[in-house]
Amino acid sequence: MSQREFDDIPGTPLFDGGMAQKGYHFNTFFMSLMKSDNRAAFKAGEAAYMENYSLSAEQKQAVLARDWNGMTALGGNVFFMVKLAATDGIAVAQMCASMAGMAPADYMRMMVAGGRPIAGNRSRDQNKAA
Amino acid sequence: MAQLVAGIGTSHVPAIGMALDTGKTAEPYWKPLFAGYEFTKAWLAREKPDVIILVYNDHANAFSMDIVPTFALGCAAEYQPADEGWGARPVPVVKGDPELAWHLAESLILDEFDITIVNKMDVDHGLTVPLSLMFGQPPAWPCKVIPLAVNVIQYPPPTGRRCYALGQAIRRAVEAFGPERRVVIAGTGGLSHQIQGQRAGLINSAWDHAFLDQITNDPETLARIPHVDYVREAGSEGIEMVMWLVMRGALDARVKELHRFYHVPASNTAVGHIVLENA
Repeated sequence: MSQREFDDIPGTPLFDGGMAQKGYHFNTFFMSLMKSDNRAAFKAGEAAYMENYSLSAEQKQAVLARDWNGMTALGGNVFFMVKLAATDGIAVAQMCASMAGMAPADYMRMMVAGGRPIAGNRSRDQNKAA
Repeated sequence: MAQLVAGIGTSHVPAIGMALDTGKTAEPYWKPLFAGYEFTKAWLAREKPDVIILVYNDHANAFSMDIVPTFALGCAAEYQPADEGWGARPVPVVKGDPELAWHLAESLILDEFDITIVNKMDVDHGLTVPLSLMFGQPPAWPCKVIPLAVNVIQYPPPTGRRCYALGQAIRRAVEAFGPERRVVIAGTGGLSHQIQGQRAGLINSAWDHAFLDQITNDPETLARIPHVDYVREAGSEGIEMVMWLVMRGALDARVKELHRFYHVPASNTAVGHIVLENA
């Protein structure tokens, strides 16, 4: 694969082997939130709960701040992160809105109107040239 | 003799399952989507398949980061709907077809597709939402299901070409199975969507329509699309669409398109649906 080609796609993380190496413990933590006992323990003390997993300081901070883009950059896989969103009682669309830097209502309106258009969102190089 | 009679493509958005399970199907947001599946429900009720080979992906429910199988074939007698972190969907237990599934496993491996054999797993919305769309809300699913889980959440997923070739091998294996079975194959996932990054919410209807055209008429060309094109044009999660090529590979070179439906949005996703019959 050519990493360069993927890097040219704006605003789009790729969960490849490098991210999997960074994120193994992180994603194991997210997945633990599938169990209701674990969700309760996490809600009772987020920082203390995260001590059970070998997370970096940055990963823990991203969770506490609900910095979803930060989580993906630190090896979080979005399908594992969805367990945290569910624990918070928020819809995936709300998590998406946050990552897109939009208010949830604006994001929902965009989706109902046909979604984010591909024009202007295809390529960093093309955007620079335009 | 077992016969592979038709293929179905459909999205498997989790919010569709939630809408069904919470009685929202008549709401204006959801009504047009469910209307798009009425043809298929009636058609399946007439076709009465004995078994559906259902190609889908697990979303961090059956498989953690510990083991990431590229192709995992369910050979179990039954599968429980997964608790994905908000309670299991209130849908029937999924009954397998171990006899045909084991025949497929043996045939595929000897045909040089090195699949993973699964004897126990829970099945998540990737599998149960398509069943709900195809059959509604019956007290028991009207046919058996053989789950074929494809990794599409850890890069790289299998290529489109590999998925297409696997579909062709599934066809050979089904037709070499002695006992009577009417088999339908379903490919699920997509169409365009992205649920991460600043580009979250991407929908590319032009790409989706071209994909639906080609899945019917020109799958060989479609199978050559590289991963980067899926991610760029259809979004980071649009890459799920490679799973439709497993379904298409199992059908004749020429097929009859019985039904097509396209709708934006279901939550973050463009919903695509197609029914193809061997011509």
